[in-house]
Amino acid sequence: MTGTIDAVYTIWLREMKRFLKSKSRMVGSGGQPLIWLAIVGVGLGAAFALKVNGSVPYLTFVSPGLIGMTILFSSIFAGVSVIWDRQFGFLKEILVAPVSRLSIVLGKIAGSSTIAVMTALLILVVVIVFGIVPIASLSVLGIIELLIFMLLTSATFVAMGLIIAALINNIESFQVLINFLVMPLFFLSGALFPISGALPIWLDALSHIDPLFYAIDGMRASLIHFSTYPLIVDMAVTIICAVIFITIATALFSRIEGK
Amino acid sequence: MNQGSGIQDAIVVNSLVKRFGSFTAVKGISFSVKAGEIFGLLGPNGAGKTTTISMMTTVLSHTSGTIKLFGVDALAAKDSARQMIGIVFQDPSLDDELTAWENLDFHARLYGVKEGKKEIIEKVLRLVELQDKADRQVKTFSGGMKRRLEIARGFIHHPKVLFLDEPTLGLDPQTRRNIWDYITKLNREQGLTIILTTHYLEEADSLCNRIAIIDHGKIIKSGTPDELKRSLGGDVVRIGVGRKTELMRLLKGKPFIISVKESDEGLEISAKDGSKAIPMITRIADTKGISISYATVKRPSLEDVFIHLTGRNIREEGADRESSWKKFRGR
Repeated sequence: MTGTIDAVYTIWLREMKRFLKSKSRMVGSGGQPLIWLAIVGVGLGAAFALKVNGSVPYLTFVSPGLIGMTILFSSIFAGVSVIWDRQFGFLKEILVAPVSRLSIVLGKIAGSSTIAVMTALLILVVVIVFGIVPIASLSVLGIIELLIFMLLTSATFVAMGLIIAALINNIESFQVLINFLVMPLFFLSGALFPISGALPIWLDALSHIDPLFYAIDGMRASLIHFSTYPLIVDMAVTIICAVIFITIATALFSRIEGK
Repeated sequence: MNQGSGIQDAIVVNSLVKRFGSFTAVKGISFSVKAGEIFGLLGPNGAGKTTTISMMTTVLSHTSGTIKLFGVDALAAKDSARQMIGIVFQDPSLDDELTAWENLDFHARLYGVKEGKKEIIEKVLRLVELQDKADRQVKTFSGGMKRRLEIARGFIHHPKVLFLDEPTLGLDPQTRRNIWDYITKLNREQGLTIILTTHYLEEADSLCNRIAIIDHGKIIKSGTPDELKRSLGGDVVRIGVGRKTELMRLLKGKPFIISVKESDEGLEISAKDGSKAIPMITRIADTKGISISYATVKRPSLEDVFIHLTGRNIREEGADRESSWKKFRGR
């Protein structure tokens, strides 16, 4: 058990060191979601002057969505680090180590989730400072719930990225496949518009098989107290998704070979 | 050196097979390595050396057969096996973004080295003379420095067996010599069992206690370097001649000749006494007006054994398969 924790920590530590050495990655991960917030949030909000459900301003509605989006993008692309490690040979160094494959997966998840959650927290600070999310709606419990949703969402999508990285071994195919996945995951998640009875049934059904839908719904529940499902339902679905994807990723990592 | 029968077997490989689809890369290899031995796996590229080492180091799954490391089933109890082995892969396997120290620290942590970690890392860095470069990013290192760092990393966790897959490929002679010095020192001082593959047969000859020659996925010969050389049964006489086949036919069956083979420039003859054989060969050639451009005689080297057994020169074969820079450096 201590071996597993040490291994997770070791792999996490390496991811952190690599991230901190790359200034472009730091600027990119923080800058991208802020640009989204400025352009999509403000732009669409102004265009529609929309009040979701009659009372929630669009920019407030979309804030948890953009937090979810940040986590999705940052997490799922983390699988690319496995492909780089394979190309530079470092993956072999990890694979021959006497550590469980679960700890390798958890280490990668810990590393990428730290970065994803920190970036998402940056968005949170911005939306609070600019009064987009009213301070009155915040509570300690709500922030804790939000953090749990962030971590679970990140774990789910890092694991999804690792699964794809374990199956595919070149950068180009990985990026094509991830892009192919990210768009429907994002647009069906309810990040930008509410998933409600007003949508056609097929769109509504597709949204319900998108893990990010429950994650963002839960984030909205904990942050602005507005959601399709009760928080407990969102939490249960998000935990189940994380467990499923981590299990698959671990199984695939046990079969991965050095060449 | 450690040839006594009382010494424990470090590694026992039995009927090991690896198939990739319809292609069988390793066709039932069996051998054993004694504790404290330096054991060489030699063979042309594509012979199955790296595939064999990859299975022994748990990098690659096997199709059938068994591998035991100090009595532990390496194919089942993978983590116990992993803890016992250190590996220097044929291709680089460092994190270029991290410093030398950070690479070694990562390794020490993954292998659960806690007590005296700092001292151990300092010690291995000194051993490969990289102590001054500890805080430099690995991407600033030369090929030789990276190799030395990988070797240092390979024995940080006090492995019982060190696997070295072409550890000196692409390095200059000076660096090569240094690396072998470190490796023999480890073997001598710490009793580390070492399994290596190399293209440099002279190095294998001087380093290895025992050698197995692999070709087409099978071990075709194994023994001490001396045993292998003696197995040729005599001296190697090389003669430069244009009409190879004709002369070969004339020489076959002559009592002073053990065997005759065609080589690139002429014939390669194994004879009981090389210096006496040359005048006799010249006389036979003269009777048919076959002109001989040169004749050399030498005690058989490992290279001769290799050519005799595989019909190929280890480096030529290597050059066909390796990328051009490796071909260039490998010579």
